[in-house]
Amino acid sequence: MTSAHAAALDTAGDVEGRSLWQDAWRRLKRNRAALASMIILGVVAAVCLIGPYTLPWPYDAIDWDHVEAMPPNMELGHYLGTDSVGRDLLARTLVGGRVSLMVGVLATMVALFIGVTVGAVAGFVGGRVDQLLMRLVDLLYSVPLTFFVIILMVMFGRNFILMFLAIGAVEWLTMARIVRGQTLSLKSKEFIEAARASGGSTAGIILRHVVPNVLGVVIVYVTLTIPQVILLESFLSFLGLGVQEPFTSWGVLLNEGAAELEVNPQTLIVPAVFMTATLFCFNFLGDGLRDALDPKDR
Amino acid sequence: MSETLLDVKDLKVHYPVRTGGLVIGTYTPLKALDGVSFELKAGETLGVVGESGCGKSTLGRAVLQLLPATGGAVAWLGRALNDLDAKALKAERERMQIVFQDPLASLDPRMTAGDIIAEPLRNYRPHMSKAEMKAKVKDMMGRVGLHSTMINRYPHEFSGGQCQRIGIARAMILDPKLVVCDEPVSALDVSIRAQVVNLLMELQRAMNLAMIFISHDLSIVRHISHRVMVLYLGKTMEIAPRDALYAAPRHPYTQALLSAVPVPDPTIARARPRLALAGELPSPLNPPSGCVFRTRCPRATKVCAEVEPTRAQPGTGHDVWCHHWRESGLETKVAP
Repeated sequence: MTSAHAAALDTAGDVEGRSLWQDAWRRLKRNRAALASMIILGVVAAVCLIGPYTLPWPYDAIDWDHVEAMPPNMELGHYLGTDSVGRDLLARTLVGGRVSLMVGVLATMVALFIGVTVGAVAGFVGGRVDQLLMRLVDLLYSVPLTFFVIILMVMFGRNFILMFLAIGAVEWLTMARIVRGQTLSLKSKEFIEAARASGGSTAGIILRHVVPNVLGVVIVYVTLTIPQVILLESFLSFLGLGVQEPFTSWGVLLNEGAAELEVNPQTLIVPAVFMTATLFCFNFLGDGLRDALDPKDR
Repeated sequence: MSETLLDVKDLKVHYPVRTGGLVIGTYTPLKALDGVSFELKAGETLGVVGESGCGKSTLGRAVLQLLPATGGAVAWLGRALNDLDAKALKAERERMQIVFQDPLASLDPRMTAGDIIAEPLRNYRPHMSKAEMKAKVKDMMGRVGLHSTMINRYPHEFSGGQCQRIGIARAMILDPKLVVCDEPVSALDVSIRAQVVNLLMELQRAMNLAMIFISHDLSIVRHISHRVMVLYLGKTMEIAPRDALYAAPRHPYTQALLSAVPVPDPTIARARPRLALAGELPSPLNPPSGCVFRTRCPRATKVCAEVEPTRAQPGTGHDVWCHHWRESGLETKVAP
């Protein structure tokens, strides 16, 4: 290093490094499909949150003058029509979107938390602990989901929060396996050994070194789990185990709409468009994230 | 030199390896390290050489208790390290550190250079303020030849040599008394090696460090070590002060290793006797009887297959494990 260069460095202050996260973010932004998906998801979420307050009809109000399904009608304020009992379809779709997205995100967070904890501990500690936790996962895998949820509902009654827990409790299994596999490959890396040599405890090493390094894979899996959970919630609602009337979700709306398809196609089309757009976007985003975080690309 | 820092006696690391059995496996011990003893004083460097798979890295890790030893004793400043619980071990580890072979793999890719170097401080000086820590890290970076403005950079933004300097800084920040260098330069470009080795020597002098320098590069070991230990299949073949070992190696294995060191001058290289070893390293699962080296030894006789050699002392501090050490190596060296 020349002295002039060194002097220039001295006065320049600390150089900012670019982390792998920042690199991935840059790559993600260059991926148009992923970027568009993020924007659409943001818009859908915002509209679902704010939209219902700006509409002339609340989601649970029946238009007593028209107690039947109606095509879009601007004068009455039913911008996308009504359902079979005269409730505003757009308002119901947006409120249903809140429920679906919330279930998707919250249940995935539950799955994320349990899955990462169990997977990282099993993979890192190994031995008996690993055997025990993974056999538990195998055991839970073999319990049929619907059966499990029905039992929960019977035992604790129908409950919105219970649904998060039920779905989360099922979805964490795959997450735990993925995280365990990643942890096993990380465990043999020298920086883990270095961390132990510099006095790190097992819990400290898992938190500081293992979790941040498996997060890339986990994030990809999360974006692919959210649509899965949304579909699962629709399925449970379809069975009558999900949300209760007059509250609604995309799954409930689709179910109702499917029954009216021949007479009132809009009752199916409106929630279907919202839901498929959302699922599409999550999948595209997951794809984009996988490309952006791919270690071979580094 | 001063006090004895480290006293390793008959250290053994055996791994159970499943060699058969369908349901209930039958296990054979893999003797990665089988009865190695040595002492190390403050400020001294012990070079450890040997082929791949001879237990060099196992030795370094077992000394630091990163691997559980199955036998023998490691005494650190007179205290036994083997049976300490996790907490006591953590306290003892403060003064012993390790530098790894692969510079990039030994650094967490998600952490900045500053965070990596500060990690031992966070573990051992929990009450140190952030500013103090940063100042100490920057000072350490300067000492290992890294520009301190690079503190916020990530490992992938550094070159291999710079990454190794980060690794060295991390090992040195707690002012250790012992550093195990596990092939610290073998993954680096030849042009960078000398710089890193000289940096280690400089730090050693400044901090009065004891070092275990593991390498298969005999020239570098000669440059840096005070004493040299030659390992073969987890056993010590010869241990001697550097000059004695390089000038008058007694063990045929040492002689073979030394004769294989490349010499830059082709005339000298051609005139020099070469002692080529035949065959492959035997499996450590099924080591030869008697002297483990006998299957490849040019001097092997019947006694070598039957009796394990005991320690012989051709000179002060010079130990050799060979039945035939008295026969000077020269006449057995074969011309190429």
